[in-house]
Amino acid sequence: MIPGAPYLVAGIFGCVLLLTVAGALLAVLTTRIIRSVTGLALCSIGLAGLYYFLRSPFLALMEILIYVGAVCVTIIFGVMLSEPDEPKLAEARHREFWWGGLELVVAAIIGGGVAHLSLHGPWPAPAAPAADGSVQAIGVALLTTYSLPFELISLVLLVAILGALAIARGGRGKT
Amino acid sequence: MNPAVYDRPAVYLVLAAFLLAAGIYGLIRRRTLIGMLISGELIFSAASLNFMSLNRFVAPDPAVGQIVVLFIMGLAAAEVAIALSIIIAVYRNYRSIHTQELSDLKG
Repeated sequence: MIPGAPYLVAGIFGCVLLLTVAGALLAVLTTRIIRSVTGLALCSIGLAGLYYFLRSPFLALMEILIYVGAVCVTIIFGVMLSEPDEPKLAEARHREFWWGGLELVVAAIIGGGVAHLSLHGPWPAPAAPAADGSVQAIGVALLTTYSLPFELISLVLLVAILGALAIARGGRGKT
Repeated sequence: MNPAVYDRPAVYLVLAAFLLAAGIYGLIRRRTLIGMLISGELIFSAASLNFMSLNRFVAPDPAVGQIVVLFIMGLAAAEVAIALSIIIAVYRNYRSIHTQELSDLKG
């Protein structure tokens, strides 16, 4: 074990935490949509690191694969096919200021309330893990206990893809 | 001895609450449909992180939370596909995806 390894791991954890927070803020606060998508991708990479620290490397991989590789790329396709940037505001400036303050207050109340609940909630004492959360255990559980939701989610994905094709295609063609 | 900073559930739970707050703020503040979609993805991520942290620190079987988060990812992918096709259809009809201009049905 190399000297100072705990500090190194804590530093990596801090970087991952900072990446998640900065990505979320970038996704929400910019006006250019393409920067917002970049923020979502950064936030997903940070979340993948957090999942790694939560002892689930499989989900870290899936987070990067699905969110960065599929969701963000799909949103970028949507940006290319439409007009993404936010319009200039027509209404008065001070009104916009008050609306922004109201939005911030609503979000702060919800976030603060949830944080308070999760910090002071009556969580049960951590039980001794009955099984390890390895990829093998996930696979066995997916094909035995959770086989019905697993099949249903594949059905949902199939219907979603067909519906997306049907909706996006409507209006084109013979008309 | 105190646990290391990455072994405390409070860090993850507060971060999940922050992600939820950021997503709700963006959902109210954004004025285009794609921006609202991105904020919705942030809320999905907050739920996933909450599931994962409670799965790691409280739940007796660590596989269940990971499976739930896998289902959440699948649902998020399906939602993005549907929402983007709707956005493209709306843009083709209205030539705009700004939420203030999509008010034809409003009385």
